[in-house]
Amino acid sequence: MKHTWALTVSRMRLAMRNRAFLFFSVVMPLVFLFIYAGLLGRGNRDAVPYLLADVLALTVMGSFWGLSVQLVTFREQGILRRFRVAPISASAMLASSILSNYVLTIPTIVIEFYLSRKVFHMSGMGNLVGVAVLLTLGIITFATLGLVIASVTNTMQETQIINQILWFAFLFLSGATVPFPSLPAAIQRVAYFLPATYLVSGLQQSMSATNPVGLSDLGMDLASMIGCTVIAFVVAAQLFRWEPEAKAPRRAKLWAAAAIIPFLLLGIWENNSKHVLARSITDYQPIERTSPPDMPAH
Amino acid sequence: MNTSVIEVENLTKRYGDVEALRGVSFSVSEGEVFGLLGPNGAGKTSTVEILEGLRTPDGGRVSVCGLDPQCAGADYKHVIGAALQSTALPDKMRVREALDLFGSFYPRRRGTAELLKRFGLEEKRNAFYAQLSGGQKQRLALAMALVNDPRVVFLDEPTAGLDPQVRREIYDIIEELKKDKKTILLTTHYIEEAERLCDHVAIVDHGKVIAMGTPRELKERSGAVTRITVRMARPETNGALGSLEGVTECRIEADDTLLYSTRVPRTIVALVKHLEDQNNELISLEIAAPSLEDVFLELTGRRLRD
Repeated sequence: MKHTWALTVSRMRLAMRNRAFLFFSVVMPLVFLFIYAGLLGRGNRDAVPYLLADVLALTVMGSFWGLSVQLVTFREQGILRRFRVAPISASAMLASSILSNYVLTIPTIVIEFYLSRKVFHMSGMGNLVGVAVLLTLGIITFATLGLVIASVTNTMQETQIINQILWFAFLFLSGATVPFPSLPAAIQRVAYFLPATYLVSGLQQSMSATNPVGLSDLGMDLASMIGCTVIAFVVAAQLFRWEPEAKAPRRAKLWAAAAIIPFLLLGIWENNSKHVLARSITDYQPIERTSPPDMPAH
Repeated sequence: MNTSVIEVENLTKRYGDVEALRGVSFSVSEGEVFGLLGPNGAGKTSTVEILEGLRTPDGGRVSVCGLDPQCAGADYKHVIGAALQSTALPDKMRVREALDLFGSFYPRRRGTAELLKRFGLEEKRNAFYAQLSGGQKQRLALAMALVNDPRVVFLDEPTAGLDPQVRREIYDIIEELKKDKKTILLTTHYIEEAERLCDHVAIVDHGKVIAMGTPRELKERSGAVTRITVRMARPETNGALGSLEGVTECRIEADDTLLYSTRVPRTIVALVKHLEDQNNELISLEIAAPSLEDVFLELTGRRLRD
């Protein structure tokens, strides 16, 4: 544990010196906030919690990109093998990635809340405990997904291709950019299998100023995140490669696929119950009222 | 009596179709500097990386301080220090941070300030890794290898790619380590490095140890002869020098005559006498003792850097 913490502190220090990290983890989420709350909110205070939920989800989802790239870079440059001759375990390396990412994401989230309150006069914050739990689990889940991606890809190019595909899916299918009720039914069916969909809807529901849901209402979403995180962490630790030339075995991809089992089950259930869709329509009402004419409405 | 700290028996390793190690065996005594000398691709790095626990052998037995590197886990990492051949640190990690971080992994450690001073890195303590020169990076790698005050130190090509002056600085540092009675296993393809630093040398080629001993023993054991380069006022081309006492071969290269001798003092006396008789004058004379390069050449028919 002592080693994990020492690594975590070191990783945080390195991240703070990395301009790309500062841009993608601090500047870009704040730009999203101003676009969402400033432009799309059109001065409707009741719409800000819903829009902030989307921005928070985008902030959290970005974790997988940064962590996968960092781990692959460390491996390709031979940095990991230097740690390998020290008494450091793969789990300590992975846990320090997740922990440092968690600690570094919190300030951005706090700033987003502060600006939503002070600049955009957000009316209420919904179920704050629920939001905190969702954000914590979300950051950890998406960070762990990044580590799994790093464990199954052999080159930076491969990593970036997978990252781009996932990022676009998370961005456009989860309801964080295009409101979930506006998505075609066929796309919604696919989106039910994405962790991002549950993070976005969970945050939107918890942040609702008028009718926030309790944690118990998100039981399945939270259980899926925990299940996905645990499986993904174990898989990432098992498949961890220290050496630049070590290639991921074919079975690695099957192992990695195991990490999505919880969301596969949740997706099947959700495709029948349409629970997320029903809640999304309710949560989207305040936004719909402020939508400009060209925005989709239901 | 010296006890063996490192024991390697019949080590084999294969990468696909390539047989990297074909039964490597040697042992290293406590407190000695042992060199694996050989050209690139000889199997030196595979051997040392198996000893560091980074690779798994296909066959054979390895023991370091009585521990098996493949099974001993974290305990093993506490007794060894390593400067790897191909490795790096994050670009934005400062020198002192690297030593602090790696030092924090061990219960027994050397102070960062002491290491910075010893390895001449005090001025660079706050420099980022990316800002260091090749020599400074290597000095940091050596400092990090010693951060846990290990019993055994592995140095894989510690001076590869460095210019001669920096290389000599690294030699000084390794000689300092010798005084600390650390057991050191180093790999190199530089003859002077092996001759200057190593108590014992194993010459490795094509995954096998082809000769082993102290540098002196290796040179004595081989049939390598001493080369005497002679320059005379009037070059002699009649081959008379080839019949001087002890001379096994005589060659003429431009203005120089090269005499290969097994009995150097007698050859020189005979040469001086011969020149006097011929009323010729000696302008210069250079004696080159056989080097490990000559030994390698004799054993393999190739030069080390071929």
